Amino acid sequence: MDLIVQGIIKAFELIISFDPEVIGITWLSLKISGTATFISLFIGVSIGTAVALNNFYGKRFVISLINTGMGLPPVVVGLFVTMMIWRSGPLGFLEILYTPYAMIIAQAIIATPIVMGISLAAIQNLPPNLRLQILSLGASRLQMVWVLIKEARLPLLAAVMAGFGGVISEIGASIMVGGNIKGYSRVLTTATVMETGKGNFDIAIALGIILLLVAFAINALLTQIQQRQHPR
Amino acid sequence: MKIFRNSKVIVTLMIAALLFAFGTSNVFAAKAAPKQKNIIMATTTSTQDSGLLDVLLPIFEKKTGYFVKTISVGSGQAMKMGERGEADVLLVHSPDAEKKFIADGYGVNRQLVMHNDFIILGPAADPAKIKGVKSSAEAMKMIAQAGSLFLSRGDNSGTNSQEKKLWKTAGINPEGQKWYQQTGLGMGQTLNVTSEKQGYTLADRGTYLAMKKTLSLNILVEGDAALLNIYHVIEVNVAKWPKVNVAGAKAFADFMVSKETQKIIKTFGVSKFGSPLFFPDAGKKVEDLGK
Repeated sequence: MDLIVQGIIKAFELIISFDPEVIGITWLSLKISGTATFISLFIGVSIGTAVALNNFYGKRFVISLINTGMGLPPVVVGLFVTMMIWRSGPLGFLEILYTPYAMIIAQAIIATPIVMGISLAAIQNLPPNLRLQILSLGASRLQMVWVLIKEARLPLLAAVMAGFGGVISEIGASIMVGGNIKGYSRVLTTATVMETGKGNFDIAIALGIILLLVAFAINALLTQIQQRQHPR
Repeated sequence: MKIFRNSKVIVTLMIAALLFAFGTSNVFAAKAAPKQKNIIMATTTSTQDSGLLDVLLPIFEKKTGYFVKTISVGSGQAMKMGERGEADVLLVHSPDAEKKFIADGYGVNRQLVMHNDFIILGPAADPAKIKGVKSSAEAMKMIAQAGSLFLSRGDNSGTNSQEKKLWKTAGINPEGQKWYQQTGLGMGQTLNVTSEKQGYTLADRGTYLAMKKTLSLNILVEGDAALLNIYHVIEVNVAKWPKVNVAGAKAFADFMVSKETQKIIKTFGVSKFGSPLFFPDAGKKVEDLGK
């Protein structure tokens, strides 16, 4: 019990004193996971929408693949990405193993199916006649897709939150491809594991609390935007 | 009108995210040093968990302009990385495996850096009654005979190899025994598990001292010559792996055995723990250690 109280006190000490190392770690977490989510948003929403709007042979199979991908184990992604980009791997010439770039790639791979699956379901859930209606009003196909995406914005924002929440709290892939290098690829989750290993439970708890606060702040912001769609 | 306002929000969000992404990449670009400036150093969890590298690396980086990427894993995995050319330089403590590593041509210039010692830790109650036993192998035998819980790293790290060696000397095969559990974790975490389960374990003194305050474990066996824990720095052989940063590896190895660094190692931890965590040994012979 002492330890938990101590940890919480330490957390606020670290936050209030703007501890440069903690601020750096937090900021890096935000940058990496934010960029990864953003990339996954582009790929996920566009492919999700494309699959939802087109009928083709094997569509159900593709959808099951995407839905399976929503539960992609981060460590497996980490292992796969590591093997691709280590020096002797097929993409070794890029020399990006143990860099923040590698972490962005791994996290984007984890987040993309989540965003894709949710946007696919979101677009599919729109009333089927809506498409015909929009087209009959003289919209081009591209305009129609844009209107549909806007109509589905509530679940799409949920997709952003799910994707971001998934990657900022992820550890397996981040530690494998990032290496937990001080001041360079050390993020909130990997730092928490390391401090636990060192027996610095107070700092570990503090980092955990900061991680929760960050996730909460981002989600509160997105929820604010999402819920604004229904004035009265 | 309503739709218009909503789309504005979405567009603003998109632009914000875009700026975010670009800002990010610029920051990374500015930070990333030239390629040959990066050194990948694979090392053991003990050097990292004890905090020694946090003291040494900033000095090295400031002095030479290199950027060291420390990958902290077990000695076994560190050497595997070396065998694949995924690391440039190793700081490890698994002498038998190291000799094989050199003999197989994966590494060059193996240099003695420092030592500390392993200790056998256990609960104050000491159910196997090993406290004060002089021979470490004898103590291991007693733990096995008493069937007391023993926590092993189980990760092919330097500590793990040392532990296996002790079992072998004791003539015991602990594998698959009920009282023998493998954590598969680093030294720090294994100490946490051992403390929580009130079992026995083998640990390096440095990590134990650094974590002592949160553990309820006592030193039960120490001082046996078989318990020496010796660290070497090894440069990965560039002839095998042309991508290895050979200049960086050499600079790091030189730094580790330099006079100034050895002086820092000597005093590291004294003010915090009352005794040094490592003893500098550059230039000495392994046979002379602990005398």
